[in-house]
Amino acid sequence: MGRLTLDRLSMRFRTRRGENVTALQDISFEIKDREFAVLVGTSGCGKSTILRLVAGLLPPTAGRVLLDGRAVSGPGADRGMVFQSYTLFPWLTVQRNVEFGLRLRGAAAPDRARVAAHYIGQVGLAGFEHVYPKELSGGMMQRVAIARALANDPEVLLMDEPFGALDAQTRSLMGELLLRVWGEAAKTVLFVTHDIEEALFLGDRVFVMTARPGRIREEIQVPLPRPRTVDMLTSDAFVGLKRQVMGLIREEALRMLDARRSPEAE
Amino acid sequence: MAGWLSPKDAIPRPVYLTASTLTVGALLGGWLLLAYSGFVRTEFLPTPNQVALAAVDLAKDGSLWTHIAASCFVVFVGFALASVLAVPLGILMGTFQLVEAVIEPVTGFVRYLPVSAMIPLLILWVGIDYETRVAVIFIGTFFQQLVMIADIAHHVPRDLLDVSYTLGAGRRQVVSRVLVPGTLPGVMDTLRITLGWAWTYLVLAELVAANKGLGYMILTSMRGLFTDRIFVGILVIGLLGLISDLIFKYLHRWLLPWSPKAG
Repeated sequence: MGRLTLDRLSMRFRTRRGENVTALQDISFEIKDREFAVLVGTSGCGKSTILRLVAGLLPPTAGRVLLDGRAVSGPGADRGMVFQSYTLFPWLTVQRNVEFGLRLRGAAAPDRARVAAHYIGQVGLAGFEHVYPKELSGGMMQRVAIARALANDPEVLLMDEPFGALDAQTRSLMGELLLRVWGEAAKTVLFVTHDIEEALFLGDRVFVMTARPGRIREEIQVPLPRPRTVDMLTSDAFVGLKRQVMGLIREEALRMLDARRSPEAE
Repeated sequence: MAGWLSPKDAIPRPVYLTASTLTVGALLGGWLLLAYSGFVRTEFLPTPNQVALAAVDLAKDGSLWTHIAASCFVVFVGFALASVLAVPLGILMGTFQLVEAVIEPVTGFVRYLPVSAMIPLLILWVGIDYETRVAVIFIGTFFQQLVMIADIAHHVPRDLLDVSYTLGAGRRQVVSRVLVPGTLPGVMDTLRITLGWAWTYLVLAELVAANKGLGYMILTSMRGLFTDRIFVGILVIGLLGLISDLIFKYLHRWLLPWSPKAG
């Protein structure tokens, strides 16, 4: 199971200049098992912070994260994560990278190899098992990172703008690949992006965030059927949703700009 | 705008090689000219064939090999001792702020103490046998290595640690399986660079406290105005430095094939 509950999460921190900043305020929502949820917002709205809180890499100032009703108290293998930066271990081959989590748990070599081969195949990198990351392109590295997270069989997959550093073409292909892999693996996903099209194409539900302090402004159900295809990107339903979300994000971005202009912000 | 002086632009390979060859040629040519023309007296600037003959003489009577062996031994022992301690300690220092807080006040100060100024003290404490030379090399390299390696460990990307936690790693595993391998290319580079420094400290120590070694050979040659032998000593040290550098480059490629620096 992978039911993820965020219960009134808040995050405040102190900047170097001693100002108190509220990054997140009262974030509450629940993601169903095997649901694909997307957080979308302007940069600096705290969407990545939410992922780090769920991953347990940061403790929240207030509130809790629950996985299947159990409170999360730190990082763990039940919540796998894919980062925007390239986080493959450069000293490990593709296969050993994918096996990393299994190795930590002491899985036997044949089992590790079987699982790794499965996921490496799923992300279309069969034949690259014994290659070091330095020989891979950015898109290939992120595919390995996805395979590595899935090979560990987490309950929830957290994705922090995983395609953010890739070019537009690679990016849309990666979206399709991710949906295929997700369909097979049947995992709960919480995906963060600032790309509205990507958010709507991938998600069952899209949460639009406000600018700082980050709150959930709108929850949008994406009614497009699965499997999703690129043709849907030009459908009336999709374009309508996109217009709606763009309007919301634009308002937030403008609000952010205004806040920066006035000296008494926050 | 393809000029040879366009900033950071590549130049054709033949141009590069020609320019490099010209430099070597100019240096050698300058030496030949100054020495053979008699413009500088050979007592001060020996001719290349005098240097070659001196090298042959020193090699024949065996003293060159004794000096080389003595110097290599001291460099090796001092450098190895420093590295064996500095690498793990540096990694800990760059990883745990607590360790850094404990060690930093010492390294921050000692690093700037001139090793040469400590030689008299070392002679008083340790004597004039090889231990003093080893100590000079140790002090000269250890503190530099420590700071450089701490910096390397400090720069292992945070995301690599975080992703390991989300894959189920505990703190110990993050240190042993992520931080340590993550520092290896940088450690290799540090060792290569500091080994070069070790050679310079060696000569310094040998000039003051030694009865054999290449630095000692240079010093005694000076007393007899055997400039050709001084040249032999300097060239041999340069050559040994070059060889050790190449060995480290090769080791890097061989031990860390995954490193982006391994080519």
